Amino acid sequence: MLTLRPRAARIAVVARPDSSIEAGQRRSAIPRRRSVSRPPWIVLLPALLVAGLTLVPVAYLLIRASEGGSDLWRLLWRERTAQVLINTAILAVTVAAASSAIAVPLAWLTLRTDLPGRRFWATIAPLPLVIPSFVGALTIVAALGPRGFLQEALEGPFGVERLPEIYGFWGAWLTLTLFTYPYVFLSVRAALRGLDPSLEEAARCLGHGAWRTFFLTTLPQLRPAVIAGALLAALYTISDFGVVTLLRYDAFTREIYVQYRASFDRTLAAALALLLVAFAILLLAFEARMRGRAAYHRLGSGAARRARLVPLGVWRYPALAFCLVIVALSLGLPLGVLGYWLIRTLRRDEAPEGLLIAAQHSITVGAAAAAVTTLAALPVALLVVRYRTRIGRWVERVSYAGYGLPGIVVALAFVFIGARYLTPLYQTLPLLIIAYLVRFLPQAVAAARGSLLQVNPRLEEAARNLGRSPFGAIRSVTLPLAWPGIGAGAALVFLTVMKELPITLLLSPTGYKTLATSVWTSAGSGSYGEAAAPALILVLISAIPTLLLAGRHGGQTPRGDE
Amino acid sequence: MMAEQFSLGGSRPERPMGVSRRQFMRLSGAAGLALAGNVALRRATTAAQATPPAGGTPVGSAGKVTIYSGRNENLIGDLVTQFEQATGIDAEVRYGDTAELAATILEEGDNSPADLFWAQDAGALGALAKEERLVTLPDSVLDLVDTRFRSSQGVWVGTSGRARVLVYNTEQLTEADLPTSVLDLVDSKWKGKIGWAPTNASFQSFVTALRVVQGEDGAREWLEGILANDPVVFEGNSAIVRAVGAGEIAVGLVNHYYLYEIREEEGEDFPAANHFFAAGDVGNLVNVAGVGILRTASNAEQAQRFVEYLLGQDGQTYFAERTFEYPLVEGIEPGAELVPLDEIKGPEIDLGDLADLQGTLQLLTEVGVL
Repeated sequence: MLTLRPRAARIAVVARPDSSIEAGQRRSAIPRRRSVSRPPWIVLLPALLVAGLTLVPVAYLLIRASEGGSDLWRLLWRERTAQVLINTAILAVTVAAASSAIAVPLAWLTLRTDLPGRRFWATIAPLPLVIPSFVGALTIVAALGPRGFLQEALEGPFGVERLPEIYGFWGAWLTLTLFTYPYVFLSVRAALRGLDPSLEEAARCLGHGAWRTFFLTTLPQLRPAVIAGALLAALYTISDFGVVTLLRYDAFTREIYVQYRASFDRTLAAALALLLVAFAILLLAFEARMRGRAAYHRLGSGAARRARLVPLGVWRYPALAFCLVIVALSLGLPLGVLGYWLIRTLRRDEAPEGLLIAAQHSITVGAAAAAVTTLAALPVALLVVRYRTRIGRWVERVSYAGYGLPGIVVALAFVFIGARYLTPLYQTLPLLIIAYLVRFLPQAVAAARGSLLQVNPRLEEAARNLGRSPFGAIRSVTLPLAWPGIGAGAALVFLTVMKELPITLLLSPTGYKTLATSVWTSAGSGSYGEAAAPALILVLISAIPTLLLAGRHGGQTPRGDE
Repeated sequence: MMAEQFSLGGSRPERPMGVSRRQFMRLSGAAGLALAGNVALRRATTAAQATPPAGGTPVGSAGKVTIYSGRNENLIGDLVTQFEQATGIDAEVRYGDTAELAATILEEGDNSPADLFWAQDAGALGALAKEERLVTLPDSVLDLVDTRFRSSQGVWVGTSGRARVLVYNTEQLTEADLPTSVLDLVDSKWKGKIGWAPTNASFQSFVTALRVVQGEDGAREWLEGILANDPVVFEGNSAIVRAVGAGEIAVGLVNHYYLYEIREEEGEDFPAANHFFAAGDVGNLVNVAGVGILRTASNAEQAQRFVEYLLGQDGQTYFAERTFEYPLVEGIEPGAELVPLDEIKGPEIDLGDLADLQGTLQLLTEVGVL
């Protein structure tokens, strides 16, 4: 698909020389605008501060791993370590690819076509993100596993006694894909919103059909958003523990957990986790190469208009079927199984008295973490997009450090510094929020960066020339234009914080129950029915931010769905 | 938006306990103070919940104790409340995964807020003991429990026990059909009829015991024999018991108490029962949950009161009646259906020997079970 880029560029140049996309690195018809100014302190200082924070888990791991002796290296360089690392790499890449293959059409259909119920699909498509990984895996096993609901349903009429094995690679791949495609979906949808439709119109004028236009002009412009989302999906995959355990795929996180759970060996666990950090950095370097250095904003004068909807015609039926299948598998299936468990145990009618408080706690930490993380992500994203300095590149990479790590590692890192050096803050909400920030920052950075890329820096410069301060220009011009992406990032953080477990369990104030911990408690005592209620509330609450995102945004952003 | 649901709206007729009339009027009268009202209500309800019914000792007057619990809140939350009401000590509990809480205590170092660690299994307590994080318990506490179920250095003590059993479907099988040893399950007549949960921690400690008793090769042979019988894999004990009840499988390797929990939910006619193997069989391994007091505890006295409470009449009865576990203190009867501990005669194993979980995981991986 991407090999078609040169044509896209040519079309663009021919069609509208003053508003071209410079897709590709060496082919730009117009020299790329480089910001000559050094980053102002108002951007640089907070960005460095945030980067320093995100290094806490790595620093902790280095301290722990340095306690190991020479046999540590012997253990690390076993054949088995390499094997599970390769397993994890395969899973990460295939999950990222499959997520993109689902999410890009889904985002395009819900934003740019006359698909019936676009807003509805757009609202519920990101919701699988909020289903805790182990709950999702449990429900998949219950439905598709041996002796699961599907097999039961098929056994009667068709005599099916065995389904294809769900355990192992395919099961883990399917489950992780179903629960991570929203990363790509949110990122691509935000980018699609901010896209100037003039190029697509030009392609249509030149006689290309809707599909060709999509592949020749739309898709290449979405590349940074797809890659940013795919990177999040890949990093989520390498840090996940719940899915790979329940679906029995021999992934790297299992090695780390075995060290904590079976041998209580924090040193070896730390050394293994550092390998995972190295792997995440490798993925980042790969992403940077794929991302390229093209400019994606509108270069000419005038403002972007909103896009015309593509009429689907008879294609609306396969399109609807596609949306239905994805949502049924990723949301309908887990919710259906949870609902079944809930109904089955309803007659026990124990009042779930703590659920209101738990819901309130979940919303509190989710919203606080979303606000703080988004705020922290802005200087990092600005530094990366506007001032392409070496320091910016490093700050961005460092900000991903905590993201490829299993949650327990980040949690223990903050236990370590919290209990030892920040005693008054330990087990309080502020430190909990900071730990969430470190864990989920890349989600907000990736989303903000994707949108900032679409804002022409000249607009900001114009504001500066008209007398705005650097901060004022960013605030009054850049941020409003980049809002779709920033909002998507905030929603992403909200959803993932709501379901987070290890950090919440270890760092929240003692006795602070959330919906996710309620799910965990009930599932842990084997009462799946009881676990279903908080899990369903979790999904319901999560629909609020995604509904807002799927709706209209105020002001200057080009609107796609009308 | 959400805040309104929790706020003290003017329409709410009753006054929450613990809020004075004036305070309440002021809060409910002030429009726009929804959030403040919300916080006040929460504080008020928390205070109301924390206060025991009139006549009891007021909680908090006797100090407090901070507990890190690897045991599930649904199982032991009520017992903690009973302790608070009986002693007036305010118990703050942090729930989590047993191993992760052990790692947390180690990372916290000398500043650990925890006074007491209540672990799901002996292994995690052993890890803390190894790093010298636990104090020696007084003999008055230790001697309540059989030496099999406590630390040999006296730094932790078991509070309740659970036995491995074979749960079976009573419509398909009778006691007479069942094997006297777990080792006999490799017989081909059990093909396709066994359920197990290889990822479950209790199963894994059984395999560790098997390695201790039968040797590495013997354990491997058993695992391969079961695999050849095409066992149905589950993700946990309760799923196995449910499947046995539903007749999907005939027998399952589980901890004894899941059956009783599920029977409470499903009704007395749930067609499943527990089978104990012959006395001394490794299949009857008895594991314990236990407690240890931290060296850095700032409320060591209250922590010891908690241990004493768990091992006292009330605590042990709670385990027998509410969690269906084995009480470990002499003189407290286990639930009616349980084979008494001294009759089970689990294998002669020091629970301290079950620390080599890593070797077990390796074996399970090699055989292809994990």
